[in-house]
Amino acid sequence: MTNDDDQTNGPRRGRGPRSVETVYMEERAAVMQALPRLSRRGFMKVSLGAMGAAAAAGVTINPHSFQPIRFVPGARAAEPGAAAGDVGGGGFRIAYISDSHLYKKELNDRFVRSLLRAVDDVNAMDPQPDFVLYGGDLAQLGQPEELDLGAEILKSVKAPLHVMVGEHDWYFDMGERWRRHFGDDNYSFDHKGVHFVVINSVVEKDFWTARGMSPMERMKTVAGLDNGKQSSFTVGDANRAWLAGDLAKVDKGTPLVVFSHSPLYKLYKNWNFWTDDADEVQALLRPFKTVTVIHGHTHQVLTNRIGNISFHGMLSTAWPWPYAPEGLPEMTIQMNRPDPFNPEDGCGDGSVIVHPDGLVDKVYGLWNRNPMTVSAKYMTSGGEADRPKVPNAKSY
Amino acid sequence: MPAGVAIDTGVAKSIASTLMAKWQAEHPDVDWEADERASRTFVPAHDNSDLIGEATQAEGHTYRNVTELDTLLWKRETEKAVVAGSRVFHSGDELGSTIAVSCDMCHPNAANTHPETYPKYQTQLGRVALLRDMINWCLVHPVRAEALSADDPKMRALEAYIISQRAGKTLAYGKH
Repeated sequence: MTNDDDQTNGPRRGRGPRSVETVYMEERAAVMQALPRLSRRGFMKVSLGAMGAAAAAGVTINPHSFQPIRFVPGARAAEPGAAAGDVGGGGFRIAYISDSHLYKKELNDRFVRSLLRAVDDVNAMDPQPDFVLYGGDLAQLGQPEELDLGAEILKSVKAPLHVMVGEHDWYFDMGERWRRHFGDDNYSFDHKGVHFVVINSVVEKDFWTARGMSPMERMKTVAGLDNGKQSSFTVGDANRAWLAGDLAKVDKGTPLVVFSHSPLYKLYKNWNFWTDDADEVQALLRPFKTVTVIHGHTHQVLTNRIGNISFHGMLSTAWPWPYAPEGLPEMTIQMNRPDPFNPEDGCGDGSVIVHPDGLVDKVYGLWNRNPMTVSAKYMTSGGEADRPKVPNAKSY
Repeated sequence: MPAGVAIDTGVAKSIASTLMAKWQAEHPDVDWEADERASRTFVPAHDNSDLIGEATQAEGHTYRNVTELDTLLWKRETEKAVVAGSRVFHSGDELGSTIAVSCDMCHPNAANTHPETYPKYQTQLGRVALLRDMINWCLVHPVRAEALSADDPKMRALEAYIISQRAGKTLAYGKH
């Protein structure tokens, strides 16, 4: 395997294509080195005005191509709906990172750098979030070295960290390595009057034994979103029993926030944007007055409301998924179609503002774009009030 | 075994089985088409059975004397090209990715590939692009592989799969 790893050491030597990221990092380094040497006249010549405006707004821009504008970590605090920390009225803020799909770094450096970028983002939040949730799919093929690498990177998150499991973490060794790093796949905790639950929702019934699959074949089957050999995600009898037991101890007036990797509803079965026992799980959540489910897996801005339960997706740091061809919830306002020429566009991280009444604003911190907020007001008004801006380039 | 020597049926069968096992060991991927069909969802090729026997004007001509065998052949061969494309589409190794990235990681079921919109002016390139130009762009950048020539069997297979997955979409060249 060759590796495209010379982004910081000048032009890549040897054969093979130079990736967009390689070009971007080279050009960025060149601009940053050249900046102090530029006269005012030279600066104007390079910038054509745009660069000055961008610099004033706290971003760096590459003038030589249509490569990304990159927000300086922390600068986003000035964006509407994204102010860190101070959420007013006794609420609090948590941050999330999700779906990094790491290969070992010698094989694929891109996904590693994206996770590092997300860690930089949350570490730059000022004030810091009360905690950070990692939303699952830390690894791509559940390999020990992938999970070890992810765990090592996540150690540099400054705020307290809670980690959820995804199918890519699980189906090589059925969660053994993941549990060694992060403990139980189902757990709950209370924070400032809110009950938080993290649950494993990626349980698939055995499709591998009858086919005589090796652990790697099983893993690769699950890793293919459109691979029809696998089963549907479920929370499963055991985890549901655990959830029922956990919730039995909680007053029904206590705000409830559930983290699951798959959406706890049925959107699109072919891609496992789906939880097969969602009806049973929702029945356990419905008695609570205020319920929010935050899920990974779908790599996009995704919004749903079923009864009193609000559902929000999380962004991936690795790549955005297309919207499902059918079944998209009415409450979802799509994010603009990602630009494939803009590395990391449509990816990102984000935060969740939890208000004192337990309702939440979900902030999608889209890299290279303005953040998008799906507010509690939008959710409780059934989409009437506080609508996010609609995209001018929806999915095909 | 010298030529012309009669051998026992049992011995012959055992020789044949040994040879077959050896061949299968050398060709572990022999069932690739069945495997691929079992793993992915495909859109069936157009059913042309309405053409069978429609030969009133075609008597004495070879073209348009359509039999069931013809339609089965068309379907089988066309779908085989598509299934071959699926295999490349879903494999970083087949694509030659240096970073283990395959097309389906961003485009499950070829979603967001919109072959029906090409040719179109690709604003990021500043010129008109065909589907194959965009396939090659993806190969070089997100996939980090070598570009394919336009007539490379893998390029043809990829085009076949991508277009088949978008069956039924309105052709809208130039659409953004």
